[in-house]
Amino acid sequence: MRCGRMEKQMMPYVDGRLKISEQREVEAHLAACPACRLRVNEFRAVSGLLDELPLIEPSSAFDARVRARVAAEPVKQSWWAVFAPSPRAVLAASMLVLATIWISSRPAPTDHSLNVAVNPANIDPNDLPVLENYDILANFEPLTDLPQPVQGDDSDEVDGNQPM
Amino acid sequence: MLDVKAGDEQSFALLLQRYRSPLVNFLYRMVRNREQAEDLAQEVFIRVYRARADYVPSAKFTTWLFRIGTNLALNSIRDTRYQRMEISLDAPVTADAEEGDERTLDVADKHPDIEQHLVEEARKAMIRRAIDKLPEKQRAAVLLHKYQELDYGEIAKILSCSESALKSLLFRAYEALRVELAPLVAGTK
Repeated sequence: MRCGRMEKQMMPYVDGRLKISEQREVEAHLAACPACRLRVNEFRAVSGLLDELPLIEPSSAFDARVRARVAAEPVKQSWWAVFAPSPRAVLAASMLVLATIWISSRPAPTDHSLNVAVNPANIDPNDLPVLENYDILANFEPLTDLPQPVQGDDSDEVDGNQPM
Repeated sequence: MLDVKAGDEQSFALLLQRYRSPLVNFLYRMVRNREQAEDLAQEVFIRVYRARADYVPSAKFTTWLFRIGTNLALNSIRDTRYQRMEISLDAPVTADAEEGDERTLDVADKHPDIEQHLVEEARKAMIRRAIDKLPEKQRAAVLLHKYQELDYGEIAKILSCSESALKSLLFRAYEALRVELAPLVAGTK
């Protein structure tokens, strides 16, 4: 192993995190290289010096400040809440949807004017709409209140020379 | 964190209790200002709280936590690069001297061996200065490696680099530290 390769191996070696095969390779190099051996020893010394720095404790108000900021955070709403501003609106919208579904599920009335190829002899009179069913028209009471048609004669022809 | 995601406020309190000290210490050693370190640590916890609904345990929580902290620290350092206070040898010497935590040392102090105490404080100041002189990313790598005892994979994710690049980063950082701390290193032999 050359000194250049030690750059990536030295810290794991100092930390004891090399595989056994890699460790043996590094130790073989250290045995033959005083400069790298000195460097490893000084890296260990530096690590020991870093241990001398004391820890600090967070101030007594730290937790209270974090809690205060958490309490000030806006409450998150679900995205669908934007579309449901009130229970009444939700109920009204639901009723509308149900009504739409019910209406669209009803069978559509058939349009006989389009059935040009139907044989009249095969039509069931009970299927005819009201205005085409003479039996209904004959017995339809409101029609009895209509004025009788006026009988017309030749003297009623209009003379274009007479004033209106 | 999954309990926090489910809305358990007590779990968030436990996370706060468990990670506030390591996080504040890491940030303090990064930015070298206690008040700023606590502000940044609070910001980290607020961001964790805000992101709780989207949390996916694809990585360790500590990796995620320290990644947020590292990014905030690096941004803060860059923003205040010319405003950072320097630790001065002429500053009043105090017991347990940390910025913002000073008290006057007098003859009737509790420490009987004043000279030994001064020597220890000078050593700590020298070590802090040496860490402070490191480029930000090397500094973050050393702090995460030494004080948080995270493995190389986690630190690499936090610093957004490969493990190989991280090992080189640590090598260069320790190389700089051993030069800067040569008088102290020689004394340990």
